[in-house]
Amino acid sequence: MGRVVLVTGISRDIGRRFARAAAGDPSIDRVIGVDVVPPRGDIGDVSFVRADIRNPVIAKVIAKEDVDTVVHMSLIATPGSAGGRGTMKELNVIGSMQLLAACQRSTTVERLVVKSTTTVYGSSPRDPAMFTEDMGPKRLPSSGYGKDVFEIEGYVRGFARRRPDVDVTMVRAANVVGPHVSSPLTNYFRLPVVPRVLGFDPRLQFLHEDDLLRVLRHAAVTGIPGTFNVAGDGLMTLSQAVRRLGRPSVALPSFAVGRLGATMRQARISDFSPEQLGFLTYGRGVDTTRMRTELGFEPRFTTAEAFADFCREFPSAPGARHAAPHPDHESQGAGRA
Amino acid sequence: MPDEARRSEDAVVIPIGTGGRPGRGSGSARPSSAARNLAPSGSRSSSAKAAPRRTPRASRPEAPAPEQSGAQQPAAEPPAGDDATTPPPAAAAPTTGIPVGEWLSALQAAAHEVFGEDWERRLAELMAFVRRRLEGDYDVDDYGFDRELTERFFMTALRPIAEKWFRLEVRGLENIPAEGGALVVSNHSGTVPLDGLMTMLTVHDHAGRFLRPLGADLVFRLPVVSSLARKGGATLACIEDAERMLAGGELVGVWPEGFKGIGKPFSERYKLQRFGRGGFVSAALRTGVPIIPLSVVGAEEIYPLVGNVPSLARLLGVPYIPITPFFPWLGPLGMVPLPSKWILEFGEPIRTDAYDAGEAEDPMLVFNVTDQVRETIQHTLFDLLRERDGVFS
Repeated sequence: MGRVVLVTGISRDIGRRFARAAAGDPSIDRVIGVDVVPPRGDIGDVSFVRADIRNPVIAKVIAKEDVDTVVHMSLIATPGSAGGRGTMKELNVIGSMQLLAACQRSTTVERLVVKSTTTVYGSSPRDPAMFTEDMGPKRLPSSGYGKDVFEIEGYVRGFARRRPDVDVTMVRAANVVGPHVSSPLTNYFRLPVVPRVLGFDPRLQFLHEDDLLRVLRHAAVTGIPGTFNVAGDGLMTLSQAVRRLGRPSVALPSFAVGRLGATMRQARISDFSPEQLGFLTYGRGVDTTRMRTELGFEPRFTTAEAFADFCREFPSAPGARHAAPHPDHESQGAGRA
Repeated sequence: MPDEARRSEDAVVIPIGTGGRPGRGSGSARPSSAARNLAPSGSRSSSAKAAPRRTPRASRPEAPAPEQSGAQQPAAEPPAGDDATTPPPAAAAPTTGIPVGEWLSALQAAAHEVFGEDWERRLAELMAFVRRRLEGDYDVDDYGFDRELTERFFMTALRPIAEKWFRLEVRGLENIPAEGGALVVSNHSGTVPLDGLMTMLTVHDHAGRFLRPLGADLVFRLPVVSSLARKGGATLACIEDAERMLAGGELVGVWPEGFKGIGKPFSERYKLQRFGRGGFVSAALRTGVPIIPLSVVGAEEIYPLVGNVPSLARLLGVPYIPITPFFPWLGPLGMVPLPSKWILEFGEPIRTDAYDAGEAEDPMLVFNVTDQVRETIQHTLFDLLRERDGVFS
């Protein structure tokens, strides 16, 4: 008998694509997608249940459908898409708490996969070059997405302690890029002129969108418990990324970039969050040893290849030439620069 | 416009079969001023001066295909334009013009002057380098180290300072292992951490390895400095990074005195300060790499620190504001370091592989090894000071 997987946050593109891919997996019997609004695209064999994870109805869905694997991926990174910081926080934190409460009550749930992010490590000049899973942020995030994720991870750890029989996998994904991704970082790269912080050249690490879907599916199918950093191999600097993109960039002092970001946020041009300023100043790198040794996952794209694939949407980008062949036809690790 | 002016200037400096003598062939009895300047065998030096300006422009299209034919194509163009538009004041002999062949040979000679023997290959390499930089087609490692930029740019810029200004003398090079992780521990002095840069250059030029320095967090907080530091191979001085680098087989450099060392007054020169908390020793113990003590003599005298403005330093969030006999009194001129003579001596490696990793947790052992390293460096410093004849000789 195959597994029954519940996916939260299916209305967003990445959630919908994951649910579809999971439905095609032979070891998964049924996929149930949950969200407050119906997904916009084609969801194939996925059955959609309109439910809000912020209220206890979610427990009934889990009980009624005999769900044994829960994939939580409805964390929202920007207030713009949620309609304000208040709503965003409620969706992220209260939603996760309700979902965890429902999982704790359930007798059928055996696995929980949470899509977290490397944003929890923050960005500061006192960061080590590479964060391992055991390290925490040098400065506790005081607001925004980073704080939400930090709190959610705390609740997830609490849940894992109370229900030791449930395998909890926490996937800390690096910044996801790819042709279909619309995130604060990809939108930043899509700006006609890319603003940079004067005198700083942060190190960036990317994860390709296909690799994110693959690692979540891998975690849902294998159920290996633990917390894992997931990112493509290697790093690149922001100046390098901008040059590969073939975009003009302008270096501004830190406060001016922050001001510009706030203005763009108000004008709804781009969701430039304050914690992104720290990231674009100091950068971040994570160690992915545990992803290979314990989780047994190998990303198909390196950081450079993932970014090259993203570059393809810009015809003039010099970096697009270095793009690896599309993953469907590509053998593992081929085309590495 | 300036381009054209330069072109006519260039035309002047190239001897066109007149042997450089003024006035000849121009038909005029009185040579022009440009021609007079040219007269006393000035052709060699001025052609060398003009060369670097000329070559990049003339040979830009050649970069992708460095064949001989590719080089000739662009070189043949400028003389024609020159003749037609701006008759050069002296050299343009109206009767003869400038033979294309001579232009070509002059250009080749200039390229030869700048790039040396196999100038075609080296020019092509330079162009390929510029293209790679502009397209972002290069690699950085996990710490942001840009090997190509460091070798081609930072090291090249530092080399003349090391060789001509500070006249570095290096001893004990055989103590640097050819491969594998090792920790170079050095004294720190000189108000501005020039000794770190000079050590990096020395290790690169003489031992053929890159020294990966560990820097204070102030380095990574400052704009410009932080990005240069990461590109040059530095990373933050913390246990995690030190161990990661040493375990990865890198040659890591630490200056455990930190700001206490470079910011100490001139009166305390060559007196080692406290060696931090010995974190570098526990990192070496845990990874089992040898510790190489390095003593640097000469760096203390480059900027003699005679004063400090603590209140301003606190306001700016930096450890000290240096006052030297020349800075800030002479303005930018005061920032020129004094040309002291430097001696770098690498001492015998202190092996740590006899201890097992667990012993890194033993604070007494860590203190003992720290003291051993400190004493070695201090004694070597005294020996070197006794040996040297004078600060600037």
